[in-house]
Amino acid sequence: MEVQLIKIEKRNDVSRSIYFLTPVLAIFLTLFGGGIIFYILGFNPIEALKFFFITPISDLYGLSELLVKATPLCLIAIGLSFCFKSNNWNIGAEGQLIFGGIVGGGVALLFYNHEGFYVLPIIILSGAIGGMLFAMIPAILKTYFNTNEILVSLMLVYVAKLLLDYLVVGPWSNPEGFNFPETRQFSESARMSILFDGLRIHAGIFITLITVFLSWLILYKTYLGFQIKVSGLSLKTAKYAGYKGKTMIIIVFMISGACAGLAGVGEITGPIGQLHRNISPDYGFTAIIVAFLGRLNPVGIIFASLIVALTYLGAETAQIFLQVPKYTGQVFQGMILFFLLGSDYLLFFKIKFLGLKKNEL
Amino acid sequence: MYKLFLRSLISVLFLLGLSLNANAEFKVGFVYVGPTGDHGWTYQHDEGRKAVEAAGIKTTYVESVPEGADAERVIRQLAQSGHDLIFTTSFGYMDPTNKVAKDFPNVKFEHATGYKREHSNVATYSARFYEGRTLLGHMAGKMTKTNTIGYIASFPIPEVIRGINAMTLAAQKVNPDIKTKIVWVFTWYDPGKESEAAQALIDQGADIIMQHTDSTAPVQVAEKAGVWSFGQASDMQRFAPKSILTSIIDDWAPYYVERSIAARDGTWKQQDTWHGLKEGMVAMAPYNSAMGSDLVKEVEQLQKDLASGKAHSFTGPIYDQKGNILVAEGAVADDGMLAGMNVYVKGVEGDIPQ
Repeated sequence: MEVQLIKIEKRNDVSRSIYFLTPVLAIFLTLFGGGIIFYILGFNPIEALKFFFITPISDLYGLSELLVKATPLCLIAIGLSFCFKSNNWNIGAEGQLIFGGIVGGGVALLFYNHEGFYVLPIIILSGAIGGMLFAMIPAILKTYFNTNEILVSLMLVYVAKLLLDYLVVGPWSNPEGFNFPETRQFSESARMSILFDGLRIHAGIFITLITVFLSWLILYKTYLGFQIKVSGLSLKTAKYAGYKGKTMIIIVFMISGACAGLAGVGEITGPIGQLHRNISPDYGFTAIIVAFLGRLNPVGIIFASLIVALTYLGAETAQIFLQVPKYTGQVFQGMILFFLLGSDYLLFFKIKFLGLKKNEL
Repeated sequence: MYKLFLRSLISVLFLLGLSLNANAEFKVGFVYVGPTGDHGWTYQHDEGRKAVEAAGIKTTYVESVPEGADAERVIRQLAQSGHDLIFTTSFGYMDPTNKVAKDFPNVKFEHATGYKREHSNVATYSARFYEGRTLLGHMAGKMTKTNTIGYIASFPIPEVIRGINAMTLAAQKVNPDIKTKIVWVFTWYDPGKESEAAQALIDQGADIIMQHTDSTAPVQVAEKAGVWSFGQASDMQRFAPKSILTSIIDDWAPYYVERSIAARDGTWKQQDTWHGLKEGMVAMAPYNSAMGSDLVKEVEQLQKDLASGKAHSFTGPIYDQKGNILVAEGAVADDGMLAGMNVYVKGVEGDIPQ
C-alpha cells in the first residue's frame, strides 16, 4: 500500500500585516460559512445575513445595545490578554465576574436607600477588588503549590455561581419578593448613569475605554509589559533575564480578575440593577474568543468585542424577523474561532507533501 | 447642545418608527426562557403560540432569552418591530416587561407568573397548577406502599410551596400515614440535577416521584427504578410509559387565542388571570390504567368537583408543621393566602430554605 507523506514545517517569515489581517479573513469566511448554513436551513442567505449583521445596528437604539453588550466582553478580554500574553491560562473569568458582582452587589445592598456621589465609586471599586481577589486564588495556587491554573480557575467558576445562588435565594433575597431568587433593586445612587434618555448605554463605557488605554500603556510602555511579553515568548529567556516569574503571574491574574470584576459590577449597576442568578450569559467564556480574535491587542479587542456582541444581537433579530433558530449566534461565534485558529495554523506552519511512499506496515 | 440634538434625533426616529408600524398587520410576540424543544414549560407556551397562529394571527417568538440584561432588549425589539401584544413567559421578565411597557403605551404586554402591573398596558396571568397537584396527591396516597412521596422542588416561592401543600393534603386525606420528602434543586431546568434528586429520593424510600421542574429526567429515572411518577407541564407519557400515572398539562392555548383576539379587536383590558381546571388552563393527561379502574373513576370525579368548585384543594382544617391552624374547619383558603403561601402544612418533612 502506498501512502502520501505529509510534513509540517514552521514558517519563519510571517509578516505583521498578514497576522493582523487573518482575523478579518476569519470573519469573512464565517459570513460565507454562515450564508451556506442559512441556505441549508432554507433561508435566503443574503436576506438572513442582512437581518443578522445590519438590521440590529441600523438605528441608535441598536448601536447603543451593541455597546451595552460589547462593554463587558471588551473589559474581560482586555484583562485576559495580560494572562494569555504571558502564557497564563485564566479560563475562570466568568467566576471572577460573578464574584466581583457579588462583592459589588453586597456593597450596593449595604448602601440601600443611601444617597451620595461616593456610593457608586465605592461599589465599582469593591467589585474590581472582589474579582481581583478571586483571581488570586488560582495564581497563588499555581505559583506556590504548582497546581494547574486552567483547572483551578475553571472549577472556581462553579464555586462563584453556587455562592451567588445561595445568596440570592437566602440571606440577600428581597424581603418583599415572595422568596423569588433575587435581591432588591438597587437605589438610584448605586446605578450607573444613563448617557442618553431612552437608551441603555451607561457610564460603564468610559470605565472600559480608560481600562483599554491603561492596558495599552502597561503592555507597550512599561517594564512590566515587556516582562509579560518576554515570558510569553520564552519562559527560559525570562528566567535568564532574572525576571521574578511568581510576582508576574500573580500580577497578571490580579489585572485580569479586576477587569472581570469591573465587568460584573458594570452589569449589575448598569442594565440589570439588582443581583439574581443570571447576571452574566457566560460573558467570561465568550471573552476568551474576543481576546484571541483581537490578537490580544487592546485596539484589536475593541473591534473583536463589537463583532462578537453583534452575533448576539443578530441572533435575536434574525429569530424575530425570520424565525431562524436562536442558536445560530453561537454557531457563528464557534465558526469565527474555528476559522481564526485554522488560518493561524496555516499562517505559522507550512504543509509539505513529500510524495508517495511504500507503507512498510 | 449636542445632547439636545441627539435627544431630538432619537424622538424623531422613534416617532418615525411608530408611524411606520401604525398601519402594519396585527402581530403577537412571545419571549421564551428555554428552547421550544424542552418538552416542558416552554414547549407548552409554544403550543399556545401555534394555536394563535392557527386562529389566523401572525406570531413571532424568541427562545432561550436569558433573564438578565438581554430580556429588556428582546422585549423592546419586539415592541419596536410592530408587535401589538407581547407575552413574556417567565418570572424573571417581570421588571423588563414593565420597563418596556412604559415606553410603548400602545403595545399590550402579558407577563406570566408575575405580580407587578405598573402600567395600564401590562396584564399578568398564571394557572392554578395546585389543583392538578391535588389530583396527584390523591393518586400518590393510594398508590404508595412505602408511604413516602418524593418531591423535587425548584425554588421556595409561593407557587412551588402551594403545590407541595396541595399534594400533601390530598394524599393525607386518603392515607393519613403519608410523608412528603423534598429535595430542592434551585433550578427550573437541569436534567442532571433533577435525575440525581430523583435517585436520592428513591434511595430514601420514596416509591412515588413528582417534580416542579421542567425536564423529563425525573420520570425517566423513576421508570428505570420501577417506581411511580407524574409528568409536569406537558404530557410526558412517552418518556416513561410504564411509570407515569398522568401528567399535569399547562394548556395556554385558549387563553392566548382569547387575549390575542381581544387585543386585535380593541377589547383587551388589564387584568390578573388565575385559571385552573375549570377554564382548562390546567388539564390532566390520560390516566394510566395500571392504577385500576376504581381509582381512575375516583380521580376523574375529584377532577370534576375541583373544576365545578364543589371541592377545593385547600379546605380546612389545615395545620402547619407545628400544629397551628392555618385554615379553620369548613373554610377554604382565599386567593390572597394562596398567593403568598410560605409555610409547609403538617406532614411535609424538613424546613423551607430561607
